[in-house]
Amino acid sequence: MIDEPPPRGRLKVFLGYAAGVGKTYQMLSEAHALKDQGVDVVIGYFEAHGRAETIALSEGLETIPRRQADYRGSRFEEMDTDAILRRRPQVVVVDEFPHTNVPGSARLKRWEDVHLVLDAGIDVLTTMNVQHLESLNDQIWQSTGVRVRETIPDWVLKQADEVVMVDLTPQALLNRLARGVVYPQERARAALDNFFKESTLVALRELAMRQAAHAVENRLPEDEQAPAPRTVEPASRDRLLLVIGPNPSSAALIRRGRRVADYLRAECLAVYVSPTLDSSELSAEQRENLDRHLNFARGLQIETRILQGPKIAETVVNFARLHGVTQIFITRERPSALRAWFAAALVQRIVTLAREMQVTVVADRSMRRDAG
Amino acid sequence: MSVSRDIPSARRDPDALLRQVEAEERSARHGQLKIFLGYASGVGKSFKLFDEGRRRSERGEDVVVAATQPRSTPEVSHLIRSLEIIPTIDVSGIPIVDVRGVLARRPRVCLVDGLAYDNPPGSRHPKRCDDVEDILAAGISVITSINLEYIAEQQEFIRTVLGTAPTDTVPQAFIDRADEVVVVDAPTEAADGIETDRLSQLRQRALLLTADVVERQLEAYLRLNGIQLSWGTQERILVCMTPRANAARMLASGRRNADRFHGELFAIYVMQENLTDEDRMALERNVMLARAQDAQVETLSGKDPIRTILEYARSHGITQVFVGHNLRAGWRARLGGTPLDRLVRDAEGIDVRVFPQ
Repeated sequence: MIDEPPPRGRLKVFLGYAAGVGKTYQMLSEAHALKDQGVDVVIGYFEAHGRAETIALSEGLETIPRRQADYRGSRFEEMDTDAILRRRPQVVVVDEFPHTNVPGSARLKRWEDVHLVLDAGIDVLTTMNVQHLESLNDQIWQSTGVRVRETIPDWVLKQADEVVMVDLTPQALLNRLARGVVYPQERARAALDNFFKESTLVALRELAMRQAAHAVENRLPEDEQAPAPRTVEPASRDRLLLVIGPNPSSAALIRRGRRVADYLRAECLAVYVSPTLDSSELSAEQRENLDRHLNFARGLQIETRILQGPKIAETVVNFARLHGVTQIFITRERPSALRAWFAAALVQRIVTLAREMQVTVVADRSMRRDAG
Repeated sequence: MSVSRDIPSARRDPDALLRQVEAEERSARHGQLKIFLGYASGVGKSFKLFDEGRRRSERGEDVVVAATQPRSTPEVSHLIRSLEIIPTIDVSGIPIVDVRGVLARRPRVCLVDGLAYDNPPGSRHPKRCDDVEDILAAGISVITSINLEYIAEQQEFIRTVLGTAPTDTVPQAFIDRADEVVVVDAPTEAADGIETDRLSQLRQRALLLTADVVERQLEAYLRLNGIQLSWGTQERILVCMTPRANAARMLASGRRNADRFHGELFAIYVMQENLTDEDRMALERNVMLARAQDAQVETLSGKDPIRTILEYARSHGITQVFVGHNLRAGWRARLGGTPLDRLVRDAEGIDVRVFPQ
C-alpha cells in the first residue's frame, strides 16, 4: 500500500511595511500561544536583529540549528530545511520569507524552501514587508529610490492561507528607531535617510493595508466581495496580453500587467514577436535580456509565447484576436528619437488594428523623476 | 508614490517642517489621540491598548486607565492590574468616564478602552467621544479603541453584512482627526460569533478604511509641504471625455477598475470650440453618465488639451488615463505627432489606456 501524501501545510504570513513594526514579535507570540495549546511548534529560522524583546520571546521555543554554508571564503548561515523535514513538527516559524539563499544552496529562495516544508504537511508562520512583493517593485523604487532586490512573486503570497497585517504607526516606528530598538544607533541614522522617511513610511503603510485587504478579498466567494458591482460591464473575464521584448521597460510592463491582472481577476499572457525564424534580429545581449524577461514572466505565472511574423502589430493583434484577449499592454520606449517614433508608430498601428480591444501603454516606472 | 516639488529650496525638508508645525500645534492646545481600530471583538484591541500603556508606563510616562471593557481575558486583566485606574462612574448600570477625576489627576496619558458608548441622559456629554475631547483639550493624550461597526458612516454596510447595526456610534470625522490610527488585524477565525465570510468582509473594510485615513493624512502632509503627488499608492482613474468618444464604455470600465482596485474615478472634459448642437447634447449626456458612475466630474479649459489633461492628472495623483481612440479625430495634430502620440509620450509615470470606438 502506498502512503498518501499528507495534506499540504497551512501558510500564514505576517505582513508589515518596514523593519521594526513588530512582525517577528507577533509571529513568535503566536508560536507561544500554539505551544501553550499543545501544538508541536519549532523555530526554523529567526532573525533577532539584536532586539531584546524579540530575543526574549524566542526563548522557550525549540530552535532547529542553522545550516552553515561557505561561499567565497565567508561563512553564511541558512535555514536547515532538511533538518526541519526530519524533525517533522506541526508548525514551523520561518522569519524573512523573501530571503535569497547563499549561492550553492539547494534552492534559490527561502520561499521555495517553505514550499517544500508545506508540501510535507507542516504549517508555516512567516514574515515579510509589502515592498518585497514583485509587482510593487517599480512603484517602491519610484517612491523611495530604493530598488528592493529580494522579491517574492505575487502568486506566492496569494497562496497563503492567511495574511495578517502587522500595524504600527510611522510615528511610533520612528520613536522606536530613535530609541535604538530597531537598529543600533549608527545604522538607525542611515536607515532614517532612505526607507524611514516619514512620508515614505506613510505611503508604504497604506500599500500594506491595501495589500492585506486585497488578500482578504481574494478569499471571499465572488458574490460576497465588496463593493457590489455597480456596472453591467463584462461578466466575462478580462484577458491581458503583454507585448514584451529585450528592453528594460519590459520588466516594468510585466510587473504592472501582473498586478492589474490580479486585481481584475484576469488571465495574463506575454508574447515576443520576432520578425525572423531564429531571432537573429537580436544581438547576443538582447537575446539574453529577452530570455530573462520571458523567465521573469513565467516565474510570475504568466504564460509566454514567441511569435514569428514580419509585422509586429499585425502579429500581435491576430494572436490577441485568436486568444480572446480584451486588453493589450505595451511599453513606452525610452526617448531616443528613432525609438520614440517607432514606439509611437507601434502604438498607433496596434490601436488602429485592434479596434475591439483596449490598448494600455504602461508608464515607464523604472525612470525616477525628482522624487522626495 | 513619487513626488515632485515646485517649491523654493528653503522649504525643502518637509519632514522637519511637518514635525515642527505638528509639535507647535500639539503643545499649544491638545493631547495626542491614538485609536486602535478592529473589525470585530476578540481581535486583540484591548491587549494592544493596555500593552502600550504598560510599555509607556515602564518608560516613565504617567499613564492612567479611565475605562475598561466589562469583560476581559486573563492577559488583559493582568495588564490592567499593573496600571493606575480611575474608576468609571456607574449611572443606571452604564459606566461613564470620570472626566473630572481624570482632569484633576492630570496624567500624561489616559487609556479609554471602548470609545463608542452613549452616556445616559443627564451626563456631562451625550457620548463618550465628547468626554475624550474634553480630556484632549486639557492637554492629556488619549489612547482608545473602537470596532468598525461603531463608526456611524459604516452603519449601512454593517447592516448589509450582519443584518443589524449598533446604535452607539462615533462619527468618522472623529477617527479622521486622530493623530494615529492603528489597525488591529487578525485572521478571521480569531474572532468568534460570526461566520467567517462575513468577518472577512468586515476585516477587509477595516483595512481599507484605515488605508483611507492614512491616505488623507499623507495628502494633508504633502499639501502642507507643497509636494505634488505623481504616483498614488491608491489607483486613480481619469476618463477623458469628448463628444464623440464612447464615454459610456470608458466610464463603465473606469468604474469597474476603480472598484476592483478600491480606487477613485475622475472624469473630465476639456472645452473645445465650434461644437455642433449634436456634440453639445452628447457631452451633456456623457457628464450625466459620469455622475451616474459616481465619478468626480470637471470641465476644464485650456488651449492645449493634452497639456490640460496631464496637468489635471498630475495634480490629482492619477495613475491611469482612459482615452478614446478618436482622440486623433477630435484634436488636430500639432507638432510632434498626433495628440495620442503626445499623450503617450508625455504621460510619464501614468498608464494610458486607449479605448476602441
